[in-house]
Amino acid sequence: MSFNVADIRKDFPIFERTIRDGKKLVYLDSGATSQKPLSVIEAESNFYKFNNAAVHRGAHQLAEEATDAYEGARSKVANFLGATVDEIVFTKNATESLNLIAYAMGNAQPGSRFEVTSKDHIVVTEMEHHANLIPWQQLAARTGASLSWFEVTADGRLDLSKIDSVITENTKVVALTHQSNVLGTINPLAAIVKRAHAVGAVVVLDACQSVPHMPIDVTKLGVDFLTFSGHKAVGPTGVGVLWSSVLAELPPFLFGGSMIETVTMTSATWAPAPRRFEAGVPNMAQAVGLGAAIDYLSAIGMDAIFKHEVDLTGYLIDGLLAIPELSIVGPSNTDARGGSVSFTVGQIHPHDLGQYLDSQGVAVRTGHHCAWPLTRKLGVPATTRASLYLYNDESDCDALFTAIMGAQKYFA
Amino acid sequence: MELDSLYQEVILDHYKHPLNKGLSDTYGAQVHHINPSCGDEITLNISAKDGVITSITWDGVGCSISQASVSIASDLLVNKSFQEADSILQEFTELMQSKGTKEGNPDVLEDAVSLAGVSKFPARIKCALLGWMAFKDAAVRITTTNRGE
Repeated sequence: MSFNVADIRKDFPIFERTIRDGKKLVYLDSGATSQKPLSVIEAESNFYKFNNAAVHRGAHQLAEEATDAYEGARSKVANFLGATVDEIVFTKNATESLNLIAYAMGNAQPGSRFEVTSKDHIVVTEMEHHANLIPWQQLAARTGASLSWFEVTADGRLDLSKIDSVITENTKVVALTHQSNVLGTINPLAAIVKRAHAVGAVVVLDACQSVPHMPIDVTKLGVDFLTFSGHKAVGPTGVGVLWSSVLAELPPFLFGGSMIETVTMTSATWAPAPRRFEAGVPNMAQAVGLGAAIDYLSAIGMDAIFKHEVDLTGYLIDGLLAIPELSIVGPSNTDARGGSVSFTVGQIHPHDLGQYLDSQGVAVRTGHHCAWPLTRKLGVPATTRASLYLYNDESDCDALFTAIMGAQKYFA
Repeated sequence: MELDSLYQEVILDHYKHPLNKGLSDTYGAQVHHINPSCGDEITLNISAKDGVITSITWDGVGCSISQASVSIASDLLVNKSFQEADSILQEFTELMQSKGTKEGNPDVLEDAVSLAGVSKFPARIKCALLGWMAFKDAAVRITTTNRGE
């Protein structure tokens, strides 16, 4: 099947609208959140229209249907990732998934492999989104553990040259992004996973920018935890995923209904995973919507989506580099890189550039992209980021190029 | 186009040729304000004597709106009493929150009326207010430490 962007765009109702007085919507901000196909919007609303009831409770038909729909979505996520259903936890988003891991580790019993003490050590990288940095900073602060990180090279890659001194015998967790939301860099995992496991540490992968864009098989990645948000993968907001092969050993984070085995007035025991991590009535309609999103992506094929995005990223990078005074922040070729491309344009502040692009119908992200330590390290106060997805094509990139050159004239 | 109501000539002039940029060696109060959503930063010094603001200097990085706005504020609020400055600041804040319904009184706001268009762009109001909020904070600090008397 050839990759037909025109047909794909027809599945997304938002592309029927226009922007700023009739201009075509050129949506280059999927790194922040993706647009939604009609099938996802309908799956979420149909759950409310036809099947709504609290899952895992209630002795009635609607409760059965709701539970089937919700657990069906879990199966879809599991199949999508090459995982089993009891390894999939639904959360609010990837941020909650990452906090869940950090808090659960903080709740670990003394002697558990997850226990973090003042003698222990946590490793992150300089290119982390705040969501995969601050939960670990805070875990370090609560436990007295030390925090260190892999640095980023000038060309936007992880510096693994000191891997044996960054990951030490005391390291308990190594948390890193699969693909940088700023640089687009896809990080190599094999050496990190090998070293982390050799010292008994677990590896936490923030896969927000990879799961929506490329085929993922958790059995091949070797990591212990993987997280992503539904809304970046053509799914609804309000649903995220935590995958892990070691959930059975992990204590809970949030306590309440549904996550228990037995309860007395003074104590409680926990249900097995994944329910141990899903306290309260969950985000059922959103999980069902995510199931529809996965059906949608799978029907097109993640291999095809990835290839389309790599090809388009090459076109985007070449076109950007042809613009005078434009500098790409991050890898300037398509080797091990996804479709998030950050750049600066001469002395035009990204906020002003973004405003001008918006006036031309081009939607981008500007600022530090929730990765402030990274932009500081790269010596730029802020960047402009164009991020691609399956519904973008060369005409979107061309519109961006034209608009950037228009901004150069406007702010000259 | 709509964009021109945001990027008035006066604003771009202030952006390219900012007033009072470069921090004074001495000051009665110094504040550092940031816009956490975009990373814009401003450091602002003020000095005062007998209840009148005698100097406002600043340094910072940011977009044209934030930089022009602090340049305008530093020029407009100097040599005013704290009371006068406060009422100008209040009028400017109301203009920013007006969603494009007010033009601003040029007798009071002078160059700052050129920022009226910002009120139609909700994401940029914080940019325009960054320097003014820094000034407000500095004014509170200098008056509460009695260094403005």
